[in-house]
Amino acid sequence: MNKREGEGCPRRNADAVQDREMSANPSSPVIAAFKVFQQELDTKHDKYERLVKMSRDITIESKRTIFLLHRVTSVPEAEDVLSEADVKLDGVRQKIGQIAEELRGEDIHQFHRAFTPGIQEYVEAVSFLHYIRHRSLISLEEINARLVFMRAEKGAAETMPLGSQVLTFQVTPSDYLLGVADLTGELMRMCISSVGNGDIDTPFQLSQFLRQIHDGFSYIGNTGPYEVSKKLHTLRQSLGKVEDACYTLRVRGSEIPKHMLADVFSSRTTLIDPEEGVV
Amino acid sequence: MSVTEMFSYIQGFLSADQDIREDIRKVVQILEQTAREILTVLQSVHQPSGFKEIPSKCAKARELFCTVRTQIADLKTKFPVEQYYRFHEHWRFVLQRLAFLAAFVVYLESETLVTREAVAHILGIEVVREKGFHLDVEDYLAGVLIMASELSRLAVNSVTAGDYNRPLRISNFINELDSGFRLLNLKNDPLRKRYDGLKYDVKKIEEVVYDLSIRGLAKESESGGAK
Repeated sequence: MNKREGEGCPRRNADAVQDREMSANPSSPVIAAFKVFQQELDTKHDKYERLVKMSRDITIESKRTIFLLHRVTSVPEAEDVLSEADVKLDGVRQKIGQIAEELRGEDIHQFHRAFTPGIQEYVEAVSFLHYIRHRSLISLEEINARLVFMRAEKGAAETMPLGSQVLTFQVTPSDYLLGVADLTGELMRMCISSVGNGDIDTPFQLSQFLRQIHDGFSYIGNTGPYEVSKKLHTLRQSLGKVEDACYTLRVRGSEIPKHMLADVFSSRTTLIDPEEGVV
Repeated sequence: MSVTEMFSYIQGFLSADQDIREDIRKVVQILEQTAREILTVLQSVHQPSGFKEIPSKCAKARELFCTVRTQIADLKTKFPVEQYYRFHEHWRFVLQRLAFLAAFVVYLESETLVTREAVAHILGIEVVREKGFHLDVEDYLAGVLIMASELSRLAVNSVTAGDYNRPLRISNFINELDSGFRLLNLKNDPLRKRYDGLKYDVKKIEEVVYDLSIRGLAKESESGGAK
C-alpha cells in the first residue's frame, strides 16, 4: 500500500502545486478574505506581544522595589528607603499607563493573560510598601485609584486636539487576590530578618496580620480562581514559620538578654531548616 | 478598610462572577443541543440517498438556525456586553461548531466559502467587537477548518454514492482554502493545531481525485454530466 502511494506522490504533488498556483490568484474572493484575516490576526498578535513585554518590565521593576523594601529593617532612616520605593513604583505606574494606553477601546479580558503576571507583582510591591508604612492591608480601591492616568499634557496638546484624556486601569479582584497571596511570602521574610535585627515587636504584628490574611483566604476557599488554592498552601507554610518565630521569641525571650536574641534565633532556624528540606 | 472587610468584598465579587458563569453555562448547554440537531440533519448528506436531498436538508438546517438566533439572543442578556472575552471560553466551542454548520450549509447550497459576515448574519450576531456579541475571527477560521475535514469525508462518500464529479470540485475548493490559510501567520495556539490537520484533509481529497483520474472515472462522469 505504502509503496503505491509513494510512487503516486510526485505526480500528485505536481498537480497540487499547479492547482494551488491557479487558485492562489489574488483576485479570488477567498484569498482576498484571508488577506484581511491575516492583517487582523497580525495586529492582534503584535499587540499581545507588546503587552507581554510591558508586563515583564513591570515584573522586574516591582521585584527590585520589593528587594529595596527588605532593606528597610537594616537601615536607620527607613523614610529614605520608602521614598525611594515610591519613586520606583511611580516608574512602574508609568508602564501600567502604557498598558492602559494599549488597551484603550479594547476588551481588557481579551489580553488579560498577557499582563496578569506583571500586575500581580505590582500589587505585591505596592501592598508591601503600604504595609510597611501603615501596618494595614491596602484595598483594591486604593490600588485602582492610583492607576488613573492623564495623557501627558505636552504630547496630547500637539498630537491630539481632544486635550487631556483620562485613562484608567482596573486591577481585577483575582489579580489583587493573587498579589496579596504573594505578599505573605515577603512578610514572612521580613519577619525573620527583623528578628535578626533584634526587633521584637514586628514579628508579633506580622503574625497577627498574616493570620488575618490567612483567615480571609480560608473564607474565600475554593470559590476563587484555581491559582488561589495553590497559593493557600504556601501561605500556610509562611504563617507556620512566622508563628514559630513568635513562639521562640516568647519562650526564650524572657531568659536571654536582648542583645543575644539574634544568636538564639539563628541557631534555632538552622535547626528547623534541615527538617523542612526533608519534608 | 480592615482585612476581613476586604476579603468579604472580594468574596462577594467572586460569587457574583460564579452566578453569571452558571447562567451562561445553562444557555450554552441548550445551544449545544440545537447545534447537535443541525449536525444530525446535515449528516444525512453522507448517506447515498442523501445526495439528492441536499437542498431540502439545507432548508431544514436553516430553519433550525432560527432557534439558534433566539438562543444566542438569550445568551446575550446573561452578561455585560463589554465583558465578552471574560466569559469567552464558555461559548467558544459551540460558536465554532455553529460557524462550521453555517459554513457547511452555505457550501452545500452554493459551493462557496461562507464569509464571516454571512456566518454572523446566520447566527444573528455582529462581526465587529464594538457592536456587541460578535464572531471572533479565530472562531470563524476554526469553524472553516472543521468544515474542511467534513468535506474530505464528503468527497469519499460521494464517490461511494456514484457522484464522481463532486470530489474534483471539493478538491479545488479545499486547495483554495489551503492557500488562503497559508497567508496567515499563526501563533502556537489551538487554531494553529487545527490548521496543522488541514494538510491531511487536502491529502485525503487528492488521493480520491487521483483514484478517480487513473480509472478515468472523473472524465466519464464529466461527459455524463454533459449529456
